[in-house]
Amino acid sequence: MASGTEAAFIEIEGLTKRFGSFTAVDHVSFTVAKGEVLGFLGPNGAGKSTTMRMLAGFMAPTAGTARIRGHDVQDDSLAARRVLGFLPEGAPTYPEMTVLGFLRFVGEVRGFAGGELADRVEHAIGLTTLAGVRLQPVETLSKGFKRRVGLAQALLHDPPVLVLDEPTDGLDPNQKHEVRTLIARMAPEKAIVISTHILEEVEAVCTRAIVIAAGRLVADATPAELTRRHPSGKLDDVFRELTRSAAPGTEAQAA
Amino acid sequence: MRTTLVIARRELGAYFATPVAIVFIVIFLVLQGALTFNLGNFFARGQADLLPFFNFLPWVFLLLIPAITMRLWAEERRSGTIEMLLTLPVSQGQAVVGKFLAAWAFCAIALLLTFPFVLTVNILGRPDNGVIASGYLGALLVAGSFLAVGSAISALTRNQVIAFVLSVAVCFLFAAASYPLVTDFLNQNVPQLAAIARRVGVIDRFQDFARGLIAARDLVYFASFIGFWLFLNTVIVDLKKAS
Repeated sequence: MASGTEAAFIEIEGLTKRFGSFTAVDHVSFTVAKGEVLGFLGPNGAGKSTTMRMLAGFMAPTAGTARIRGHDVQDDSLAARRVLGFLPEGAPTYPEMTVLGFLRFVGEVRGFAGGELADRVEHAIGLTTLAGVRLQPVETLSKGFKRRVGLAQALLHDPPVLVLDEPTDGLDPNQKHEVRTLIARMAPEKAIVISTHILEEVEAVCTRAIVIAAGRLVADATPAELTRRHPSGKLDDVFRELTRSAAPGTEAQAA
Repeated sequence: MRTTLVIARRELGAYFATPVAIVFIVIFLVLQGALTFNLGNFFARGQADLLPFFNFLPWVFLLLIPAITMRLWAEERRSGTIEMLLTLPVSQGQAVVGKFLAAWAFCAIALLLTFPFVLTVNILGRPDNGVIASGYLGALLVAGSFLAVGSAISALTRNQVIAFVLSVAVCFLFAAASYPLVTDFLNQNVPQLAAIARRVGVIDRFQDFARGLIAARDLVYFASFIGFWLFLNTVIVDLKKAS
């Protein structure tokens, strides 16, 4: 699992979130080391986004802790957020801003200025191939471009930890391939968590996969190990078996 | 501080990137003009001052300022951008103050554009421009107070209409608290509350400024009023951001 020589970049211990009587995330624990790309799988409403929100320090857990490079996301929140690149669910951005304006804003908030700010923004635009739309307001862009603006925002400060909630949702097959290539290229230097519904994506880019169902962690293995769990050797079948047996009673998910 | 200003600048830019700024400023100027010149008997009074202008100003603010603040946090929560903003290395306090400063600067711009009123009285007579300046300072403080209230209420809901209506209601409460209508009623029924009502009233304090009186206690009042609501705003954002 972890490389052992170095402390894990992401450490989650007993993370739990309850909304009233509904338990969205139930004692989830895992670590992600540098060089790992962790695929975070589960049916809708299983608690993927809630876990990621807690990891990004946006939502306070009911119990348990999460640390990013040793910084507790609750007690040492700003330090944790400085080393984190986070793509929230749906890649929200300010619709009236241009791509360039929005990325410059994020860069300035992250403390960059002058030439370095311009370089960082250009680099992020290059990585996510947004050069053609840099002066367009975000609201005029298609879903795939919006997603890449969100991705550029998360990559801008070259963070050691990336948490991406459905980074390829809404992209066409070519764009999906580009984003996967980008993730694979960055992987050796970073700890990356991506949530996805697309199982082929897990086999394509992830070094490890975690499956959660009804808030509980039901599998933590390499994609190859997971596929061996079903006679058909297909990840789809493994996924269905794992998540169906956990029988999620409610599909409610925190908005 | 730098982060706060970065956020404030982005917010202020957003007003002007949409028709919000133009619509607000035009309606504000038309309303102020119509009220001052027609209802306020600006010319017939035969006095070179801006009292009619300042008398109507808080009521125009009462109606229009909640229209600025209703989107501040409600929109941010509805569209999900709050999740992006508050997972950047930004404290909630910085975000709250940044948004407030942007809205306040915007109100200051709208107030600056009322300069033709000042020119008019200076052409027609010889007004005390010190009193006018003090009136403008008071106006800015009233705007800040209503903005702080509206911003806090906007964080309570993701529905802009609810934010608007509630903000108008709460601002009205503080605006009218010192009026005889309210204090007389309270005197007869709950005398203890009447004294409090007279103290928290915004318009009473503003009228001192409009007459050219800048008292330290009024400045302290406005500073604590704005500070209190911004603090409340931060608490509400923290409680409601992820719900």
